[in-house]
Amino acid sequence: MLITYLRVFVVGGSICLIGQVLINTTKLTAAKILVIFLLSGVVLEVLGIYQHIIDFGHAGATVPIVGFGSLLAKGAMSAASERGILGAIAGGLETVSVCLSAVMVAGLLSGLIISSRTKK
Amino acid sequence: MLAGMMYMEDQRYLELIKQRAPKTRHLRTMIAAFFVGGFICCIGQAFNDLCAYFFPALNPSTIKQIVPLVLVVLATLLTCIGIYDKIGEIGGAGSIIPITGFANSIISPAIEHKREGIINGVCANMFKIAGPVLVIGIVASVLSGIIALVLKSVT
Amino acid sequence: MPASTIQLKSRVLIGAVATLAGPKESQGPLKKHFNKALRDDLLGLTSYELAESKIHESAIRYLLNKTNYMPQDIDLCIAGDLTDELYATNFAMRTLEIPFVGSFGACATYGAAIALAARIIDASVFKQRIICSVSSHFSTAERQFRFPLELGTQRTPLAQWTVTGAGAMLINKTEGRIRIESVTFGRVVDWGVKDANNMGGAMAPAAMNTMIRHFKDTRRQPRYYDLIITGDLGHTGALLLKQLMYERSYDLDQTNYTDCGVLIFDRETQKVEQGGSGPACSALVFNAYVYKKLLEGSIGRVLLVTTGALISKTSCLQKQSIPAIAHAVSFERI
Repeated sequence: MLITYLRVFVVGGSICLIGQVLINTTKLTAAKILVIFLLSGVVLEVLGIYQHIIDFGHAGATVPIVGFGSLLAKGAMSAASERGILGAIAGGLETVSVCLSAVMVAGLLSGLIISSRTKK
Repeated sequence: MLAGMMYMEDQRYLELIKQRAPKTRHLRTMIAAFFVGGFICCIGQAFNDLCAYFFPALNPSTIKQIVPLVLVVLATLLTCIGIYDKIGEIGGAGSIIPITGFANSIISPAIEHKREGIINGVCANMFKIAGPVLVIGIVASVLSGIIALVLKSVT
Repeated sequence: MPASTIQLKSRVLIGAVATLAGPKESQGPLKKHFNKALRDDLLGLTSYELAESKIHESAIRYLLNKTNYMPQDIDLCIAGDLTDELYATNFAMRTLEIPFVGSFGACATYGAAIALAARIIDASVFKQRIICSVSSHFSTAERQFRFPLELGTQRTPLAQWTVTGAGAMLINKTEGRIRIESVTFGRVVDWGVKDANNMGGAMAPAAMNTMIRHFKDTRRQPRYYDLIITGDLGHTGALLLKQLMYERSYDLDQTNYTDCGVLIFDRETQKVEQGGSGPACSALVFNAYVYKKLLEGSIGRVLLVTTGALISKTSCLQKQSIPAIAHAVSFERI
């Protein structure tokens, strides 16, 4: 139990640590950091490596945006083998649809209710 | 002496800036990113385990979809009450890279542009930061699907 | 004398000044010097742009009240801020019946406005009164040039904090004890700095260019002034300027040199990294602090060099370097 959480912590923390090194050394903005990590998730999934990282790190590997990328690629690849070209096109979006729809609903709702506040 | 010194790329000056600029606190920001990122992932794992404990009927793949959902809702709440930006100031990449950071990058422009109306403000700006991430991610997923197709036809 | 620096022939005087400072600024080292401190930087309005506009208008109204002038008594207002198309300033002017010219020089607007106003008054034979005013607001600048307020990002060590507030100055020929003695308009200088966070580095060469031209034209040494104060170079920018000036055999270390951006916040406790920035930065520090010292007589001659990074969102995305400008105004106690 505890060892699982330690693994989650170390894997998730290490991914973020790599991101921080990138930010510190290259001055990339948040959007570019997210793109780079998402893409690396897609690539690692296509190469078949990321599943091993998930097996080891559990949420430590799925919660970072890298996991989101691997989910996209995994969905597209499995749908492609089942349904051919249409599956290849739709599969990625299908797997992340829950998360995406949720974030849009959340965004619109909070945009209706809340205004941003100044920093102190 | 000052003529011709208005517009030029002065390498020596750019070098001087590099010398005089305050150094980024590498170690401190890296440790902060490690701990904040690790902690957020542990929250995700905890939700995962709680779901499995309280709803044993759910299959693991459903739970895997619920966890990011819960984290997105959590990040939305924290952004709305003005706490996530403070976590971000400390955690840096540790709060950008988890799925909560992705949610924050959508919620924060949404509430920033409330004052410009719902359609032209909130909806139009919601994906100002995360839009490129989605475009590239989805295009890459289509590519990986095609790669899978090609590999399948080859073998 | 070359046209670069203009020495005013008549007595052009500062009639009065007014300052309105935001919540963070009024917790800084200069808190007791501001005319009015705001507790809330939204002022109960619906947007930060409207709040900045209100702050700008209030500063001008405060100045009018202080001097007992009606808006009709003022011949011209030269004013500006950082927002797109001078949103804040234009909207502030809607309710003030004062002839108005909008001016944009980024954070150097205050110096440009004072220099222009002084020139106009110097050249006119009639009794003229001109108001120069600028405003800036952290939350309008942040959304325009950087990120949404609630986005979790880290501020880089070179970042500066846009000052919330407004400053206004009345310039005339009849009243006042502080004289505007000469002005040097800036040239646009760009030495290839591309990092939009490093505005101090981008502006230091512009400040150097204007300062050296001022010293050469007037045949003065930096020591001539009791205080030389730049607009918003920030801590590192000020260091860079000192170095640049030193290499050209003007030693600022032997003079009383400082920077408004360094003075307005406490770097240790207020988490502002390099210090303050924005047009209101130089306006608040000059009006509240330097002007008071001039009136008290603890200093007699001041050179204010307001500095501006002429950066735009578009130029930044197109990977262009940052042009900068600096305007110098020399003040003298009479």
